[in-house]
Amino acid sequence: MKKLIIALAATAAVLGGVSTGAQAQDKTKVCFIYVGSQTDGGWTQAHDIGRQQLQEHFGDKIETPFLENVPEGPDAERAIERMARSGCALVYTTSFGFMDATIKVAQKFPDVKFEHATGFKAAENVATYNARFYEGRYIQGQIAAKMSKKGVAGYIASFPIPEVVMGINAFILGAQSVNPEFKLKVVWANTWFDPGKEADAAKALIDQGVDILTQHTDTTAPMQVAAERGIFAFGQASDMIAAGPKTQLTAIVDTWGNYYIKRTQALLDGNWKSEQIWDGLKDGILTMAPYTNMPDDVKAMAEETEAKIKSGELHPFTGPVKKQDGSDWLAEGEKAEDGVLLGMNFYVAGVDDKLPQ
Amino acid sequence: MLEAILLTVITAATPLVIAALGELVTERAGVLNLGVEGMMIMGAVMAFGATQVTGSPYVGILAGIAAGAVFSLLFGILTLTLVANQVATGLALTILGLGLSGQIGESFVGQPGIKLQPLPIPFLSDIPLLGPLLFRQDLIFYLSVVLVVGIHWFLFRSRTGLKVRAIGDNHASAHALGINVIRARYFAVMFGGACAGLAGAQLSLVYTPQWVENMTAGRGWIALALVVFASWRPLRVLAGGYLFGAVTIGQLHAQALGIGIPSQFLSALPYVATIVVLIIISHNRRTTLINTPASLGKPFVPER
Repeated sequence: MKKLIIALAATAAVLGGVSTGAQAQDKTKVCFIYVGSQTDGGWTQAHDIGRQQLQEHFGDKIETPFLENVPEGPDAERAIERMARSGCALVYTTSFGFMDATIKVAQKFPDVKFEHATGFKAAENVATYNARFYEGRYIQGQIAAKMSKKGVAGYIASFPIPEVVMGINAFILGAQSVNPEFKLKVVWANTWFDPGKEADAAKALIDQGVDILTQHTDTTAPMQVAAERGIFAFGQASDMIAAGPKTQLTAIVDTWGNYYIKRTQALLDGNWKSEQIWDGLKDGILTMAPYTNMPDDVKAMAEETEAKIKSGELHPFTGPVKKQDGSDWLAEGEKAEDGVLLGMNFYVAGVDDKLPQ
Repeated sequence: MLEAILLTVITAATPLVIAALGELVTERAGVLNLGVEGMMIMGAVMAFGATQVTGSPYVGILAGIAAGAVFSLLFGILTLTLVANQVATGLALTILGLGLSGQIGESFVGQPGIKLQPLPIPFLSDIPLLGPLLFRQDLIFYLSVVLVVGIHWFLFRSRTGLKVRAIGDNHASAHALGINVIRARYFAVMFGGACAGLAGAQLSLVYTPQWVENMTAGRGWIALALVVFASWRPLRVLAGGYLFGAVTIGQLHAQALGIGIPSQFLSALPYVATIVVLIIISHNRRTTLINTPASLGKPFVPER
């Protein structure tokens, strides 16, 4: 009910037009646009938890209205513009597909600040922010290689965009650092969100003989299938331990709250700048859920890798790495550049799949 | 391996078949209800909620059926009594269902669900391959089979079924013959709603025993398409549902095997297969016309 009221309030504020300007002076408005529902159990929920932490941190000083279930497309532009018009000082657009809409609205409202998640287009008043999820994927790969008896893991992927391809590559590199023969089967669900289809993909992979599952889709359905079939799995975006108390090894948990607090503080202090931020484990923008259901030595290994990544001693994409077609990519000791990672459109060796182009 | 694949196909096809059968009866009575997705998601959330509260998935099934039927009653009142546009009302029903179920289900998100357990049939379930596939299933699967046979018999072998088809083909004539068109259509709409609710219950109790918003993910629309695909014949709904399920699951296996076919093409395959079959069966225009309810979607206001 609460979210309905907030959504109505947001709509009312829009209908009221600029009349809310006077009130906005008292409280700074930090607004959010969500692609999914606030309680999707994954991506959007992680952003909403961040928003709640932000609200709690600043208490009466700020307001944090949001719009949920905003489709990526023409509607996004209207929703963002609505927010900007309603007196928001800072607007977070939390999905890759909001990129162009954010830039367009930002041009119309030069005094409003925007921050767009996971995109690559910035402007004077548009910052971008993203997390180095691949760091977590690398740790998962290592755990998978230790825990798998068959030496094959299954990966439920969403869409062949660089973010997802990067995750697959990091996972296999982590696994191969433990077991060079490790194999990875990939199934593209071609959706972010369809519990039934995600479950079907999980079943198909398990029937094909994988004994560890990982996913880059949004619901807990694959975790549930893994639990039913008695194999291990990794959670995605949120801690999914409730769906598989004896199944989840760990999960990449998006913790945007710290970041939102840091940036809002800058806004309140008047020194907000447009930046392109790509933070990692060390910055606390993502964390690993507790390492569970594994022997102590595997846990110790995972913790050690996590510490090394945090200290900068280990970069998951460090050579020698070959591409899937056998050509050289990274030479011995060479680290991948961020630009290459952000545009990644090839597999590294060891992935048992053909990348959709 | 084959058994595992076929079991997955059955689980994927069952909700489509059930929802499509309900809509088939509704459409045979001449009412086009595009709100299947909305009724299905209401069934899913109520079934999940009732199961969590009572601890019994069987209560959940009843709650799902009831939710779908009650929700469809809203459609009935608007389109049959108040003679609102059926297409617009159906779309509104879907949107309302998706939103309302999100509100109702807010506290259920993330709760581990209770799965509906199979009911093996003695002796028959020991037959190799067929046993585990057909006779070691849950109640909802058995119901789906009963519904296919039952609806086929009802529509084409029973007197009441003949009346339902008469209403769908020409409501004015049926009215003139003394059939209570509006009352029959209310029953047909509510039967469709109950089936959609049952299909929703299958999603949240068998397919993926959990509640997440929008978990139907378009299955209501596929069920609607299946009805046309099956040219309003129950046995063809069964065949179409399983064909669609088989291609959907088959393409996932093809991907997992690492066959070098682009996944976008594989994902489109179930729809491509549906279109191809549709073209083949609609080849004979006369039989298609015979099966299509002639009064479908047309409002009926009885003359006094």
